[in-house]
Amino acid sequence: MSTNSVSIETTINGEKTSIDVTATERLLDVLRYRLGLTGSKEGCGEGECGACTVYLDGQPVNSCLIPAYQVRGRVVETIESIAPEQLGAFVASGATQCGACSPGVVMTAQWIVKHPHLLQSHGLRELMAGNLCRCTGYDGIIDALTETLAANGSAEEPVSGQDR
Amino acid sequence: MTILLPGTLTDAYRMLSDDPDVTPVAGGTDLFAHWPENRVKQSTTYLDLSGLAELRSMRWTKSELVLGALTTYWDVVTDARVAAEFPNLVTAARQVGAVQIQARGTWAGNIVNASPAADGVPVLLAYDATVRLGSRDGVEDIPLDEFYLDYKKMRRRPDQLVTEIRIPRRTYQRAWFEKVGPRKSQAITKVGVAVTVAGETWRIAANSVAPTVCRCPALERYCAAVAGAKGQPLTSPSDLLPAIRSDVSPIDDIRSTAEYREQVLARILFHALNDAGV
Repeated sequence: MSTNSVSIETTINGEKTSIDVTATERLLDVLRYRLGLTGSKEGCGEGECGACTVYLDGQPVNSCLIPAYQVRGRVVETIESIAPEQLGAFVASGATQCGACSPGVVMTAQWIVKHPHLLQSHGLRELMAGNLCRCTGYDGIIDALTETLAANGSAEEPVSGQDR
Repeated sequence: MTILLPGTLTDAYRMLSDDPDVTPVAGGTDLFAHWPENRVKQSTTYLDLSGLAELRSMRWTKSELVLGALTTYWDVVTDARVAAEFPNLVTAARQVGAVQIQARGTWAGNIVNASPAADGVPVLLAYDATVRLGSRDGVEDIPLDEFYLDYKKMRRRPDQLVTEIRIPRRTYQRAWFEKVGPRKSQAITKVGVAVTVAGETWRIAANSVAPTVCRCPALERYCAAVAGAKGQPLTSPSDLLPAIRSDVSPIDDIRSTAEYREQVLARILFHALNDAGV
């Protein structure tokens, strides 16, 4: 089976989607230009800035580094799946300025909020290290995250010495 | 530009033997970086491994930890048993990119991408890992230490696929891994080193200091002799430089200089040995 495009079925933000993708299309391109989900941004295009972060089967990944054909049969969630009311602390703490990094930052932050056990082995800054922000100096982001975790009653003290 | 989607490992072997110019894709983190520029330079046929259940598992046998070809860094980071028995694997995995890359990058992909700066490879070398290659003709096991021939050259035939990385289970008294980069995350290594000590046997492997990630046999002998009180005790990092210079051949490039790499490697090892009371 050798073709220029393949037909894949995937679940995106809870909806089953069938789409023909070529060998050259990245998940990020499909989301933005085929499906109109333009919340995920392209910053660096090499997996460094994290602005394109989406969940693949629940795990944050760089959608700029994923060939679209690899999401067949899998579950993709984008920033469009995050309810605005989940963002209260991010707005209040000045965790965003220009906003270019924010979709990715929010995706990784919400993943940590959903998996607070990660803080038993990792510090917040290590978990957030894949999302670069050139405006906030990160403190606003970390404050928002700390506040959200505390409000959820899952604010375990980040492990000392593990923070990077 | 075409894509092959094998349903089974047998299909994949057939596709690889039919066309010698196929590039296998696992997590894609190396192949897809700078994709618009890179894709014109690359092989026009890709073989997607992501659907092959046979390559996915990480498992334990009585004598080995076996990483399937699709085992990611994150699989290892989140496995308490690996952390207990092979702590260097977790230490190294946590310093690859950040969580998004760790979730996608595979140990096998790191080996066959063959970067001299590969962060997964020094720790695998220091644990005496073996690469298992599969093809239509059968299985071949090659010690990772003998896998690389030169810069980006390795003992994998075009019709072969890395299916497993096999790591022998031993009792180690010590294991260190140190990565030096411009920052702690999202960085490519300037110099890195993994060390294990099992009884009197030392394994030292370094990256970014030679055309391939490599074992350092002169350093291994030197450190084992010092530790066994058969050599002169170490007084300064420069005591290690003759052995370092016989083992590695760093260069000046955009990330660092040869001199910095030698000096830092010496200092990392000196302090590690001091901490260990050697």
